[in-house]
Amino acid sequence: MIGERWVIALGVGASRIAQEVGGVVILTGQVVRALVPPRIDRRELVKNLYKMGNRSVPIVALTAFFAGALMVLQAGPFVKKFGATSLAGYGAGYAVLREIGPILIALMFSGRVGANNTAELATMTVTEQLDGLRSLAIDPVAFLVVPRVLAMMVMLVALTAMGDLVALVGASVVARTMLDIDWSTMYYSFVDNLKPFDFLLGIYKSIAFGVAIAMTSCYFGVAVRGGAVGVGKAVNAAVVAAAVSIMLLDFFLTYLVGG
Amino acid sequence: MSVDTAIRLTDVHKRYDRREVLAGISLDLAPGRRLGLIGPAASGKSVILKLVAGLEQPDRGNVTVLGAGLTGKREVELGVVRRRIGMLFQNYALFDFLSVERNVAFPLEQRGGMTAPAIADRVAERIRAVGLAGSEHKLTGELSGGMKKRVGIARATVADAELVIYDEPTAGLDPVTTQKIYDLLAADQVRTKATVIAVSSDVAALAGFVDEIAFLYNGAIIYRGPAATIADAPDPMVRQFVRGDLEGPLEDIRAEAS
Repeated sequence: MIGERWVIALGVGASRIAQEVGGVVILTGQVVRALVPPRIDRRELVKNLYKMGNRSVPIVALTAFFAGALMVLQAGPFVKKFGATSLAGYGAGYAVLREIGPILIALMFSGRVGANNTAELATMTVTEQLDGLRSLAIDPVAFLVVPRVLAMMVMLVALTAMGDLVALVGASVVARTMLDIDWSTMYYSFVDNLKPFDFLLGIYKSIAFGVAIAMTSCYFGVAVRGGAVGVGKAVNAAVVAAAVSIMLLDFFLTYLVGG
Repeated sequence: MSVDTAIRLTDVHKRYDRREVLAGISLDLAPGRRLGLIGPAASGKSVILKLVAGLEQPDRGNVTVLGAGLTGKREVELGVVRRRIGMLFQNYALFDFLSVERNVAFPLEQRGGMTAPAIADRVAERIRAVGLAGSEHKLTGELSGGMKKRVGIARATVADAELVIYDEPTAGLDPVTTQKIYDLLAADQVRTKATVIAVSSDVAALAGFVDEIAFLYNGAIIYRGPAATIADAPDPMVRQFVRGDLEGPLEDIRAEAS
């Protein structure tokens, strides 16, 4: 009896996940279709680029600074012990550019921008604003979803690139102030050991994360059912789905591209 | 395009989950006529309006609006018909990211074909007509329910559509404003010769605006007749509903159903 209940619960859960994944795929198809030929409301795009990108700079910079700082702080006792201070920058930079930077910034972006995006779209859905657009023969996907998806993708890449730089600065500052490793040692440790691909891998990942955050946050926004309670559930579901997607994509991208 | 009927619903069925909201509705409305839909809550009035606007598809049956079949059509094809329709939503459906002025201008801006000064003049005239002069630059979140309703009316009528759909046009408005709004809608309709379909709970005010009234009950139109004599309709259920009597066949049937 208990086993049967587990099987039913598993089936219901799997069916729900399949439904959500299917919904995201269909919405992605609609977004791609709206881009060929491009039908983008420029005003909406610029507004979203500013809102999602510029306003995220302080929190992303703060996160990145301490991410870089932490890498050096953790590695500090070991590089000191083995006299390998010239590798402190390499270790911190390698971890930040390839993994920590893109992941932390994407999770921060998902929590700040993705959740806000879902809440906005979900509120618009339950207050019939999407139907209002359709009644005026305006495709809500082209008008509302496409500019948001583009803005999130572009801005996450830009924020990741900026965050990488800030993280390296954070690592250098902590190395200098707390571990007594001078600036030039850190600088040459970065320049001599890190390869362009280390940076590019993080950027590739941020593109994939941007797509995942954009599509999940938009999907749960437009697919919401019910009133205020539905909006809350949609935001929750979007944040969870984005976090899971980020982790899965990170694993597969690292395995397939970044080995 | 010259058509015999502006709206034709043929044996339309619609379910939401297990509940049958429309059970084989058929309805014709000639161009230039005004029809009011009344009925108890959740009787399918707003669903009919959404079907007519092409925002919902019937499970069975056909919907033809302004000479174009809407059943099974893609969004792009539906958009062609929607450009000829103005709609006021029950919950306003105003765009909260736009000001009052831009909400009203939005249909004209999106349709194209008008210069910016012409749009500005038309928008200003509509905003004045609904009594919102001075609120042009406010965001819709700063407005009361009644003001939002009036912005919705201005937006629905700004493009002189061939068919105008009003879902509760005067809900939340005081009696004086209600009468002003209905006078405005009537004057607009006389000027544009648009076909009008409206849903309202304020039967007395609605009856003064529309030519005919249809009464919906349990997913079916059980009465349709002249608006002027709706209070004396031969159907006892309609009479009870319009007069607001507590006792009568309507209550008996509801009690049996529950």
